[in-house]
Amino acid sequence: MATGQTQKITLAKGLNLGLRRAMEADPKVLIMGEDVGKLGGVFRITDGLQKDFGEDRVIDSPLAESGIVGTAVGLALRGYRPVVEIQFDGFVYPAYDQIVCQVAKMHYRSHGHSKMPMVIRIPFGGGIGAVEHHSESPEAQFAHTPGLKVVACSNPVDGYWMIQQAIACDDPVIFLEPKRQYHADKADLDEHEAPEPLFASRVVRQGSDATVLAYGPTVKTALKAAEAAADEGKSLEVIDLRTLSPLDMAPVYDSVRRTGRVVVTHEAHLNLGMGAELAARISEECFYSLESPVLRVAGFDVPYPASRIEEEFLPDLDRVLDAVDRALEY
Amino acid sequence: MAYHGFGPDLEEVFGPAQHEAPELVQLLTPEGERLHHPQFDHEFSAEDLRGFFRDMVLTRRIDTEATALQRHGELGIWAQLLGQEAAQIGAGRALRPQDFVFPTYREHGVAWCRGIDPLNLLGLFRGVDHGSWDPKESNFGLYTIVIGAQALHATGYAMGVQRDGAVGTGDPDRDTAVVAHFGDGASSQGDVNEAFIFAASYQAPVVFFCQNNQWAISEPIERQSRIPLYQRALGFGFPGVRVDGNDVLATYAVMQAALQRAREGQGPTLVEAYTYRMGAHTTTDDPTRYRLSDDVERWKLKDPIARLEVYLRRNGLVDDEWVAGVRAEADELGHHLREGCKAMPDPTPLSMFDHVYDEETEELRAEREGYAAYLDTFEGSHH
Repeated sequence: MATGQTQKITLAKGLNLGLRRAMEADPKVLIMGEDVGKLGGVFRITDGLQKDFGEDRVIDSPLAESGIVGTAVGLALRGYRPVVEIQFDGFVYPAYDQIVCQVAKMHYRSHGHSKMPMVIRIPFGGGIGAVEHHSESPEAQFAHTPGLKVVACSNPVDGYWMIQQAIACDDPVIFLEPKRQYHADKADLDEHEAPEPLFASRVVRQGSDATVLAYGPTVKTALKAAEAAADEGKSLEVIDLRTLSPLDMAPVYDSVRRTGRVVVTHEAHLNLGMGAELAARISEECFYSLESPVLRVAGFDVPYPASRIEEEFLPDLDRVLDAVDRALEY
Repeated sequence: MAYHGFGPDLEEVFGPAQHEAPELVQLLTPEGERLHHPQFDHEFSAEDLRGFFRDMVLTRRIDTEATALQRHGELGIWAQLLGQEAAQIGAGRALRPQDFVFPTYREHGVAWCRGIDPLNLLGLFRGVDHGSWDPKESNFGLYTIVIGAQALHATGYAMGVQRDGAVGTGDPDRDTAVVAHFGDGASSQGDVNEAFIFAASYQAPVVFFCQNNQWAISEPIERQSRIPLYQRALGFGFPGVRVDGNDVLATYAVMQAALQRAREGQGPTLVEAYTYRMGAHTTTDDPTRYRLSDDVERWKLKDPIARLEVYLRRNGLVDDEWVAGVRAEADELGHHLREGCKAMPDPTPLSMFDHVYDEETEELRAEREGYAAYLDTFEGSHH
């Protein structure tokens, strides 16, 4: 029930507040990671939590990602709900084996005897002028792995709710946070408002000429593109996918059947990115509704470049609009 | 600028790369002589000793029976433990019910100690499942195939034990230790080394039990380590000890002490059980390609079961009739495994879709239904 009492929060604050609520609600919730305690995390997402919940629940870990995720597996087997912070996207790879071979498969291997209620938070994406390994988008690698659920938040209010829902989920969740958005925009949060389900995509702008699919950092890009397109008399529908595995395709199909044109945009590399799966599913389900092929605006198939040219690598408003034009002219 | 080499004095500058000559804790020699040890001495009742013998004989039978089942095509593969019975029974019998074990895929003797029907072990090797027991019921985790991954799980579980206040209370039924099993090959893995670091950092109640059976498939221990493995512990900040892994008495005594140390809240211990892999790595391996039969013959003289039998007989603790009784029990167990294994049904095709998630996704449900509908198009299909 909405009370009308709102507060203005950033994405960082939304996540911080969401983590706090989850820890208040369930004493089994633990936070683990590098610098998550006293420092409050390099992005300050866990700011103040160790002070209030103690060192046993907000655990500064040794600097070893496989160790963090591997010990979180053991804590989960003991009945805890670990929320793991991977400091940067590019540092998740040392933990890749534990995530893919253990976290993802434990429930299956054990015939459901052993649950893995774990959240692995990964600040992802670029645009912060960082050095190598600090701007990556590894989501497809996890969405490709059965046993994991993968979600990406795009705004402060979603950050607040989705992190709590992910923690409450009994399956392991890879939780992607667009780091460029952490401190960017503010939104009104009403903590008493009923949240949307975690594994649901959402139409964030209605339109009729083409559908733009985005998640995480590119939602903002897509919305800006839609605004610019509107000035030119083109009506774009924007969908924030929010969940990448499972995909919530019903709102997508519904939209595509109305618009007949789709542009998918993500920062992750084009080749075998989420756009490829989305294009395949859309062509299977909406073949006769399509007026043009599904087009993709993605990071190029090069290693993430040096930061002085990263904006050339990242999908931006103009590249999205260019793809929209190509779809409309097809 | 001229280079002023240190020459032969360099070793003095840096000190030795190894602490001291390795010591081996032993309470029963290969010849069946009972020894005493200043730190790890232990009084065993006749019943304890007969129990160890029975456990080892039955464990060996599980192993030989499963190996035979593989040869007959009933199992796809089997990981043999031949020669490691004492290490596993000693480690397994030192546990208290509340302790929790994280095994590799070769801990058939420890599984036996935890009360798991050995038939359940065969499912994984027959290819009908990936593990079929509930770890919560037996406090024995599922077999882990990725080398060393479970060392971190054990450490994390032990961190959970700490948070549950189940360490150092003085209540023998509450204080809990966790065992991470691994082998000499795994000691090279990052996960094992990270587990050492986490366990030391948090003083987690975990015992790292390394069965050094000298071989990681074809690679000898010398390829994994320049120093005795137990000496590595010191570098991580906790004690390590090497025990004769073919001596069930010593393994039990050392493990009991290490587990008690963990339960009391004194942190982790590395126990290196020095043993030998008498069989192949698995039934698909051919050790004649990489090791000398001389070596195997030498280790035959150190057989864990033979030395205990000598001791038991010499001291009048067992007679022929009792030993024959154990052998008969082993025959029954063999029969149980043979018949049970052959009767194990293949899983139904659609069961592959089960338990991927706790809360199944709509898209997976649709995939299952799609495949079911496809199977239905075949005449006589009864999936």
